[in-house]
Amino acid sequence: MSIAPLRPIEIRDRGVLVPALIAVPGFRDEGELRRFVGALSGVDAVGVEGRVAKLATRSLKKSTKATAIDLAISMVDLTTLEGADTPGRVSSLCAKAMRPDPADATVTSVAAVCVYPDLVALARSSLGDSPVAVASVATAFPSGRASLEVKLLDVRDAVSAGADEIDMVIDRGAFLAGHWGRVFDEIVAVKAACGAAHLKVILETGELVTYDNVKRASWIAMLAGADFIKTSTGKVGVNATLPVALVMLEAARDFAETTGRVVGVKVAGGIRTTKDALRYLVVVNETAGDAWLDPACFRFGASSLLNDLLMQRRKQRTGAYVRPDEYSGD
Amino acid sequence: MSERLDVKKTYKLLVNGAFPRSESGRSYPVMSAGGDFLANVAQGSRKDLRDAVVAARSAQSKWWAASAYNRGQVLYRWAEMAESRGAELAEHVRVAEGLAAKDARASVARAIDRLVWYAGWTDKVAQVLGGANPVAGPFFNFSLPAPSGVVAVVADQDSSLEGFVECVAAPICVGNAVVAIASERRPTPAITLAEMTVTSDLPAGVLNVVSGVTSELAPHLVVHEDVDGVDLTGAGAAGDDLARRAAASIKRVYRPRDDENPLRRLRSFVETSTVWHTIGQ
Repeated sequence: MSIAPLRPIEIRDRGVLVPALIAVPGFRDEGELRRFVGALSGVDAVGVEGRVAKLATRSLKKSTKATAIDLAISMVDLTTLEGADTPGRVSSLCAKAMRPDPADATVTSVAAVCVYPDLVALARSSLGDSPVAVASVATAFPSGRASLEVKLLDVRDAVSAGADEIDMVIDRGAFLAGHWGRVFDEIVAVKAACGAAHLKVILETGELVTYDNVKRASWIAMLAGADFIKTSTGKVGVNATLPVALVMLEAARDFAETTGRVVGVKVAGGIRTTKDALRYLVVVNETAGDAWLDPACFRFGASSLLNDLLMQRRKQRTGAYVRPDEYSGD
Repeated sequence: MSERLDVKKTYKLLVNGAFPRSESGRSYPVMSAGGDFLANVAQGSRKDLRDAVVAARSAQSKWWAASAYNRGQVLYRWAEMAESRGAELAEHVRVAEGLAAKDARASVARAIDRLVWYAGWTDKVAQVLGGANPVAGPFFNFSLPAPSGVVAVVADQDSSLEGFVECVAAPICVGNAVVAIASERRPTPAITLAEMTVTSDLPAGVLNVVSGVTSELAPHLVVHEDVDGVDLTGAGAAGDDLARRAAASIKRVYRPRDDENPLRRLRSFVETSTVWHTIGQ
């Protein structure tokens, strides 16, 4: 099928790109979806890994690094997804999201805080009218093993509590069993339940086994209406990796070229150091292009990463390495 | 039958119990006291120091959590390791410092004895530097010595083994973790001794040794905010400047004096915490 390439549309709401209503291919049945997604070219695993290995060695000049650190801070979804989350922990996280470095007002706020649905209302009220968005995981996060009714209820609950962004998980079991249509329909249903909230679709790439699967799942999610595709929940052994991010960014780039709709990419889990974050930004720039170097199009789901970014930022300014316990743990 | 090729040793850094090359990829030649080529030694960079401080910070809590008795045993084992490789160390010292063989052996023996001396101190520091304080009330009041944390050492430039032992064993003995810059011209005895910690049960990261150009490395280490104290024994004329820089992040600074009291080093990187406890409860 051929779709005339459209230009990415730059409408923003709370710093997030609003999906433009465009003509994605309509699928009458699972067979059509299967034919479309199955016809995507395969991923050259060796090539992808070689490419990221090469990009990871790229050095950044000092001024570029300073800019990149500030950009990375503005892209952080400051996350706490623990069973032991307390209201106090969430409100201190929100304070940190709004003013990451209490000693330095020039540090920008992060993109969002990411919490479980029952803590959305608290996060919403803690953040007040700041530009920081509230993201909530939903759809029986992290396993996604619940009926569609329960998942939709979970989403509506989070949205009505004030979530600006919903991080849903795909049904990996269905995907791996080949029921791509079910995965697609579920995302469509969740997207409808989100209303005005933006939808991030977690592929849980650590469970998808191959890069080809990552590419297919990325396309299915984007075709079904995702505003973001996200690597991982952070709850399984394998989290975000550079090669997986590259595959997803290529998919997002190709999708934008095909349909004109820009879908963001969020990497999550295991990204702890500034060096890691800068490597991701290099891959973003070299793969999708600088249009994605924006909190509206690229995010880091992380908690401890923010402290390292702040430490490196101060190191860049003062020349002295910083004491980690100068920055709060959560 | 071909002639056997020389197996030349390149001396590397000791960071977190491993022996990496410098991240900078640099090395520099070290000469014997007589001016002959001795070995190539890794030339560390500020990023190697940064990695070493991270390693030291995470190792320090574990080292301090070990019992004082256990810390003594570990230091004693380090001395045992050095003793069994005493001839090797003596050769290093002889070549590096240009001593007679007999004097080099004596120097190694003094260095090992010094390690044993510090091994003995681990469970006696609390009695000597701490105490029970008389207070006006029904309370026990104790002063307990605790380590400063991460101590940066600019090791003695001339005394390649004895001086090194003195600089690193004192802070380690009281529970600190150490990042040491080895003597610039004579690093091999110190590196060889430091290698033995890996077979001495000293937890990885408690002693880290970075070789290289002292005037390049020391300024980065003294301003590192996650370093709690600096020993400027080997800083020479740069000592005043380094001490001033260290002051910006409020560190303990040790500088040698002519009338040295052997306990001053031991006391230099110790903090005192005071504990109250009710009597008769």
